[in-house]
Amino acid sequence: MTDIGRIRNFSIIAHIDHGKSTLADRLIQMCGGLTEREMKAQVLDTMELERERGITIKAQAVRLTYRADDGETYVLNLIDTPGHVDFSYEVSRSLAACEGSLLVVDASQGVEAQTLANAYLAIEADHEIVPVLNKIDLAAAEPGRIRGQIEDVIGLDASDALEISAKTGLGMHGVLEALVTRLPPPEGDADAPLKALLVDSWYDPYLGVMILVRVHDGVLAKGMKIRFMGAGTSHQVERVGVFTPKGMPVETLGPGEVGFLTAAIKTVADTRVGDTIAEDRRPPGEVLPGFKPSVPVVFCGLYPSDSADYEHLRDSLAKLRLNDSSFQFEPETSAALGLGFRCGFLGLLHLEIIQERLEREFDLDLVTTAPSVIYEVHLTNGETWELHNPADLPDPVRITGIEEPWIRATIMVPDQYLGAVLELCIARRGRQIDLTYVGDRAMVVYRLPLNEVVFDFYDRLKSASRGYASFDYELDGHEAGDLVKVSMLVNGEPVDSLAFIAHRDKAESRGRGLCERLKHLIPRQLFKIAIQAAIGAKIIARETVSALRKDVTAKCYGGDVTRKRKLLEKQKAGKKRMRQVGNVEIPQEAFLAALKIDAG
Amino acid sequence: MATEPEPDPPAAPRADDLAVYVHWPFCRSKCPYCDFNSHVGGAVDHDRWARALRAELDHFAALARRRRVTSIFFGGGTPSLMAPATLGAVIERIADRWSLSADAEITLEANPTSSEAGRLVAYRDAGVNRVSLGVQALDDAALVLLGRGHDGAEAIRAVATARALFDRVSIDLIYGRPDQTVAGWRAELERAVALTGDHLSAYQLTIEKGTPFFTAHRDGELTIPDDATAAALYDVTQSVLDDAGLPAYEISNHARPGGECRHNIATWSYRDYVGLGPGAHGRLTLDGRIIGFEQRRQPESWLAAVEATGHATRRADIIDDNRRVTEMLMMGLRMRTGVERAAFERRCRRRLEDAVAPDRLERLIAGELLALDGERLRATAAGLRVLDSVLGVLLA
Repeated sequence: MTDIGRIRNFSIIAHIDHGKSTLADRLIQMCGGLTEREMKAQVLDTMELERERGITIKAQAVRLTYRADDGETYVLNLIDTPGHVDFSYEVSRSLAACEGSLLVVDASQGVEAQTLANAYLAIEADHEIVPVLNKIDLAAAEPGRIRGQIEDVIGLDASDALEISAKTGLGMHGVLEALVTRLPPPEGDADAPLKALLVDSWYDPYLGVMILVRVHDGVLAKGMKIRFMGAGTSHQVERVGVFTPKGMPVETLGPGEVGFLTAAIKTVADTRVGDTIAEDRRPPGEVLPGFKPSVPVVFCGLYPSDSADYEHLRDSLAKLRLNDSSFQFEPETSAALGLGFRCGFLGLLHLEIIQERLEREFDLDLVTTAPSVIYEVHLTNGETWELHNPADLPDPVRITGIEEPWIRATIMVPDQYLGAVLELCIARRGRQIDLTYVGDRAMVVYRLPLNEVVFDFYDRLKSASRGYASFDYELDGHEAGDLVKVSMLVNGEPVDSLAFIAHRDKAESRGRGLCERLKHLIPRQLFKIAIQAAIGAKIIARETVSALRKDVTAKCYGGDVTRKRKLLEKQKAGKKRMRQVGNVEIPQEAFLAALKIDAG
Repeated sequence: MATEPEPDPPAAPRADDLAVYVHWPFCRSKCPYCDFNSHVGGAVDHDRWARALRAELDHFAALARRRRVTSIFFGGGTPSLMAPATLGAVIERIADRWSLSADAEITLEANPTSSEAGRLVAYRDAGVNRVSLGVQALDDAALVLLGRGHDGAEAIRAVATARALFDRVSIDLIYGRPDQTVAGWRAELERAVALTGDHLSAYQLTIEKGTPFFTAHRDGELTIPDDATAAALYDVTQSVLDDAGLPAYEISNHARPGGECRHNIATWSYRDYVGLGPGAHGRLTLDGRIIGFEQRRQPESWLAAVEATGHATRRADIIDDNRRVTEMLMMGLRMRTGVERAAFERRCRRRLEDAVAPDRLERLIAGELLALDGERLRATAAGLRVLDSVLGVLLA
């Protein structure tokens, strides 16, 4: 148990690529309390362990030991935060376990959208914030200008911002001293009943569910019977420990300390992030405020390319969910794609990460349908439906109104690309809230329907700004919209997994765009194929794939039979990857086309 | 679609009928489009080859006894480079080991060069009664591109010589050549019709892997007609030859009534045939099982194997019922008359309707690509031109 006055709990917050990981690595290296050689060995061990287990152990928290200039030894707990907009909810969760933050800003790039978003989260969490200008060794670094940005845009005093290079180690001593001198120590009473925050939990194949805790009051000890106040369940603590970054057992964790516990808990679902952990026989008078559960906002269908992989997909999703309770999945059946799952994600990046992990780690070949958002559908009978799949939209005569989620987006962009970015926002039904300048860069705040953002908005933003725009968003309520379902028909048969919901003004051009794309993606077949987009019974766009003109082997004699038969078998194998809609074979790429239609 | 005239089915075959294919693997030069098993260069020891062919024939005669040979086909390579004596020895041996039906069709593939035309008499005297001349084109520029060793005038003279000697003469043509127009092809085809005997084969140029044409095509140095032009060339082929009284009886084969190549009909109809020589394939029904044979491809390796063991069979596979279905439909539907239901059901041991997915069959019939009656399943004219895709659906 560490003296509370010599504990500092902190997070590092930054825009992506501004050097957060490098800084964290450098801090771990400097504070291992081990020789350099041992330090290297230890870091390597941890990595090997990760490789062996085949999972990424979330680098949740690292306990650093630092002998400061005042001669005292301090315990510095670094609590990691995810780096992307989709995970802002998880960022605030990590921030709730500390008293201060290092706000890292690239000294040449300056304040970006996520710098801003994360800084606001830290301010909300009542953090002491230490601005850190990184990459000061680069020729393009302009610390003076960036300092001004931090003051103008975020409103933080940057006069004593640290100037460092995490890569070269320049200024690192100042970072450690600032943590000790500028951040407040945690507060807590060791004699009070145990009150600890369940910061996060994940599944370890050897130790079972591991729980990251931050102790507020009291002492957490090995062997103690604890209770999750929210869940109402009790468990015997098996292990208590800290990460250095390797897991190291300790006897107890006292007030202000951060560490882990295990308690023979089988699934992550049995632990609720944000819950208060107490001693079973001595519960505290009040519990910690906790968190709202994370809510998926983007949905899509995931289907195995080969229907034989359905079980494998289900098992793989379940395995991934062990460590990421923020995504959801439930079985879904599509006439075109067969058996699959409708999955909910925190955002588009989250969707991509899960999809990529399924394909890489679980060797699955997937068909992903176009992402959709949750619509609130008000029915004539007074009920309200939460619609996750456009194909499920009820008959329009039963609907009195549809509400769609909106976001508040913050975009930072160099002046010369502002016009293109504004055009994009307007084309996506955006409403301008604010437009301010920071030097030669504009900060644009827009309200946008989330539905318009899930259709390739990032890609468009990147190309409109040649990659210079940064983007962050938060959900900002629901609004009624003039929304219609566009069905895609192939030879008159609706293809459920291609249906989408769009604003009436956009429906026609988007439907036409998808028809055109499909025309090029569906190969000519024996019969001509009509591709149509329809709103209700009204056809709004039509394309035709003409029938094959000629496809026959010129020569086929005795010796050619074997070769020809093998060719036919190869074709057959290729067809497994095609989806049958009526009598039309549709390649998988066609379903991905719906992701890329021009919504602008 | 208008109903098509039902062509007469060929004369009823007998269970002991046998067709014999003899492969002569040597060529004077290799054509840049050809991926057949052919080899250039080196002196050929004709006596040795004649002995080896007879030895391999004896081997198959021991396997399949008491058969009646209805056709012999000398293909290649360039079998018109065979010594007429070698060819005669093989025919004699066939007659000796099996029986040779009185009306047996004995075909020789030949190049229309003057030197080979000069040997046609000798081939006739050895027993050949039908020749198929690899004219390929009448246009000299096209013949140069195709790497042929003759020009148009020489080919025309060779065909005339052949027609004076044989009742049954066929010519081969290749279309879909680079820069070929529909009008140009029509004119060339009309000249060819006037030239040929009772048969004409018109093959669309196919770019095959491993040929100089493949490389040139891949590198953009050789362009062949696009899908629409290819279809138009195919269509004009059908209409010109229909009008000339040489309708198609197979995708690429046209004949006057009675002029069809009986040997090829036997193989497309999934009847038994023996393949002799390097790379030759055969198919025999032995004790109720159908066996597919494949001989060694390399001439030297084939020769050595035959001399050592009496045959050069590289593979002999039992063809199971499923493979029979695939192969019979694949080959049989290429013919205008299609697949005979009785033969199919006897060979594949199941009803036609049980051998393929009924909904797919129905869809192809409803789409007028296939036609099924009590006796036969056949591809319609529209079905024939997209037969590969039709088979892809039917056999999926």
